[in-house]
Amino acid sequence: MSLVMLEQVQKFRIREMELSFTQGRWNYERWGGFDPISSSNAKPPGVELWAVFDVPHDLVDASWKNLTHTLSGLFCASINFLESSTAYSAPDWGFQPFSGSLRYGSLPREAVCTENLTPWLKLLPCRDKAGLATLMDRPSIYRGFYHSQRLRLSSTEFGSTEVESGIALDQTLTVVLQPTTSHRASMTYSSDSVLQPSWSLSSIFGRKVSGRCVLANSSNVYVQVERGLMSELKILHAEDEGSGADNLTFEKTWNNPGFELSIAPNRVIKEVNILHDETSIVLYEYLIDNYSNSEPFDLGFTWKFPVVWSSPQAPLHASRFLMGSGNERGAIAISLKATEPSDGLWFADTIENSCMLRFNVFQVVPWYVRVYFHTLQVFVDGKPQSVTDFIERMRISPSEDKVSPGVMEMALKLPCCVKSVTLTLEFDKGFLHIDEYPPDANQGFDIPSAVISFPDFHASMHFLKDDSLNKSPLLSKFQERSPVLCYTEVLLVPLTTPDFSMPYNVITITCTVFALYFGSLLNVLRRRVGEEERFLKSKDSKKTGRLGQLLSKLFAKLRGKSWEPTQTQSASSSLISSKLIFKVILVAGIAAGWQYYSG
Amino acid sequence: MTAVLIRATGQNLQMAYNQSLKSLGIVRLLERSEMLASGDIAALVYLWNPLTIVTCVGSSTSPIENLVIVLSLYGACRRLVPLAAFGWVIATHLSLYPAILIVPLILILGYGPDSPRRKLFQQRASIKVGENPSTDIHYQQKELASQPMLPLRFSWRLVVHFILWASLWSCYVLLLCGISVRQYGGLGEMFKSTYGFILTVPDLSPNIGVLWYFFAEVFDYFRNFFLIVFHVNILFMILPLAIRLNHRPCFLAFVYIAISSLLKSYPSVGDSALYLGLLGLFVEELADMQFSFFLFCGYVGISFLSPVMHNLWIWRGTGNANFYFATAMAYACFQIILVVESVSAMLNHDRMLRKLSIMKP
Repeated sequence: MSLVMLEQVQKFRIREMELSFTQGRWNYERWGGFDPISSSNAKPPGVELWAVFDVPHDLVDASWKNLTHTLSGLFCASINFLESSTAYSAPDWGFQPFSGSLRYGSLPREAVCTENLTPWLKLLPCRDKAGLATLMDRPSIYRGFYHSQRLRLSSTEFGSTEVESGIALDQTLTVVLQPTTSHRASMTYSSDSVLQPSWSLSSIFGRKVSGRCVLANSSNVYVQVERGLMSELKILHAEDEGSGADNLTFEKTWNNPGFELSIAPNRVIKEVNILHDETSIVLYEYLIDNYSNSEPFDLGFTWKFPVVWSSPQAPLHASRFLMGSGNERGAIAISLKATEPSDGLWFADTIENSCMLRFNVFQVVPWYVRVYFHTLQVFVDGKPQSVTDFIERMRISPSEDKVSPGVMEMALKLPCCVKSVTLTLEFDKGFLHIDEYPPDANQGFDIPSAVISFPDFHASMHFLKDDSLNKSPLLSKFQERSPVLCYTEVLLVPLTTPDFSMPYNVITITCTVFALYFGSLLNVLRRRVGEEERFLKSKDSKKTGRLGQLLSKLFAKLRGKSWEPTQTQSASSSLISSKLIFKVILVAGIAAGWQYYSG
Repeated sequence: MTAVLIRATGQNLQMAYNQSLKSLGIVRLLERSEMLASGDIAALVYLWNPLTIVTCVGSSTSPIENLVIVLSLYGACRRLVPLAAFGWVIATHLSLYPAILIVPLILILGYGPDSPRRKLFQQRASIKVGENPSTDIHYQQKELASQPMLPLRFSWRLVVHFILWASLWSCYVLLLCGISVRQYGGLGEMFKSTYGFILTVPDLSPNIGVLWYFFAEVFDYFRNFFLIVFHVNILFMILPLAIRLNHRPCFLAFVYIAISSLLKSYPSVGDSALYLGLLGLFVEELADMQFSFFLFCGYVGISFLSPVMHNLWIWRGTGNANFYFATAMAYACFQIILVVESVSAMLNHDRMLRKLSIMKP
């Protein structure tokens, strides 16, 4: 592990930390929401950072601030924007079942590029010069639908138990790619479906794996066949070979009616299920030890028959959207729809013979979107319900202008037969100083993704107890019980903008109005009758031209006075101007003195 | 309730005006023009003002603030010192700016309600004395006794009472507030959130004043400087106005209220509803104010144009912040013209009274 990360852990006393850079949105409907990959690797767009510290309570914020600055420098990203208290929050139980010193921050608008990938790869022992990381062809990765690089650090150094103390660094790169179809599907099959594109490592990445990194303990490639695909293939196999087929051995072959692998795997691992009527996941393992520069590893996957399958979904599919129009107020709605349970995948949490579905919602809203938490409404199957019926517990930290964002953690409980739940919250939009707007202010501001977690459901795979399996960190990761998580979309909220081109104009015009008030009021107070009469007498002696007479007639009409031909305008104009000049000089002198003394 | 109080204040003022005119012997003025019941006019103006109605419909707390301000003025005019002190303390507690009304309140309690300049009374008395040198002191005493409201001396007793009652009420209010906000951070937090908020203008939501756009665009370096300048503009005018208008404390209160509603950090139409109502108390003196029709048209125009521009900017997105800010600035200009012209008209009226009292033998 690189020395840099070791240093960070020791300096900031981090117990656990996760940093992810993501571009794209994980499509839960198509790519699944219930397996370990989507639960732990589907991350919100942009940057997400959370950390648990092992310092006293009042020093956590300072540690967080230093951590953000350090990571920002390490990864060439603007993570330092998370340092101000308006950007991060301290969830209690809504995000993780930790407590106390967890800090969570997210930057939805951060773009991810190779400048962030390169320092991430530098943390690997062989970088991208040897081993599996040589596959990281930048154009191929960034062409995909979704890519996310994740860094997870957990340290047991500061724990009380000294058994197995150490620091573990997990780096995961998740990419969703579509293989390019070299030929248009010319063969149409009976069900009028199109054959899936076949792919190989060289066709996707343009490179082959030529040996493993010498510093690595193990270097493996796994091909996972999902439950949904497996069950579809079973049906296909049964149709193909009629009844009496040997279903058990079918799964162990890599050459079956559905697809074919170009290289024989070293081992086939099958999941051991708790429930027997579920289809199991199959993993094909390839050890890279056996390959070298002369014999590179290039796995090819060829489809033989069009198969349509669906990935296992989380119990509820979450989406979030904005309601309302105009730039003064609006509403946020989180809508959760029940998905089809696949093959009895969930276990029912039976409480008194009724099935209840529990989930947590965690949402952070920036301060300039002022959410009114008392307007929370719950709609179950389209009908408004009382909030206390469905919400088990709730923790709200209302936002404070320019100090902290609004944090909401809710635990809800629904009966299993509910089809959809919608939560709505109303908000008012704030108005910012021109310095606080981002460069493209008219695009709007982002509300970070909300996190929906299902504490009762665990996305994990179960394998036979085999010591050789535990040597692979990926498989041991798959066997960990982690709760099912899903992230909603990032919302874009347009805010009213002032006119950015006019600071000087606004300042001068407002100050002119104030000067008008000041000067004319003082002048009216100061005026003496005798002086005015004398001034008028002196003006009477002058002759006024036609234009002057017309103007004075107009002014007299405006004032509502009767017009006398020799009535001239009041003597206030010249007096006002001298007053104004005096005031301007006075204000300029005060401003210069202020600048001098404080500058 | 506010309207009732305004009417009562107006009646009081009118009585005082009549008496002072009589004492100056300018009966001719009374005969020339019919006496308008200024109290009734003011109360009706306040009640039927569309701005007042709009404030009540919007469920704002401005009517309550207006009520306590008028309560304090009424209490001072009627020499009910505890009531005046209560009104002033509550008005200052609710919004900071009525604190400057302590000057006219003390003047009302000391000198009595509005009257022409004291110099005129002295001149009148001296003229009378000069005319009848043979009259003995008995007659003079009768003259003086027949004018019990004549404000020749500043009565310190009432002012001291007022100060005592004001401190009593403010201690009570602070105690109650302290008890209720103890769990939220105590009185310091309360002052920071209420008075500090008014003085430092942290929230930049658009309103009918001119400060929000200014502080949204001003550079951070000068923000404190301009905050001080804007608030000193209100404070600076206290002294010159008090010096020049100390014989008319109710009108002074009106001018202070108008200035503070013009320059305050978060104004609303409820504030202008108050001073437009109080303007009705002085219809006699301000009968020949210049620009009155222009101002009326201006107010009507602004009250129609301002919501339209707000809608265009925020709800439809077709307008700009500048549209709405232009209406806010025009509103400020109209208020300035109103204040300046009313002060000028009042001073002209005083001059006219002086001329009349000198001319009459």
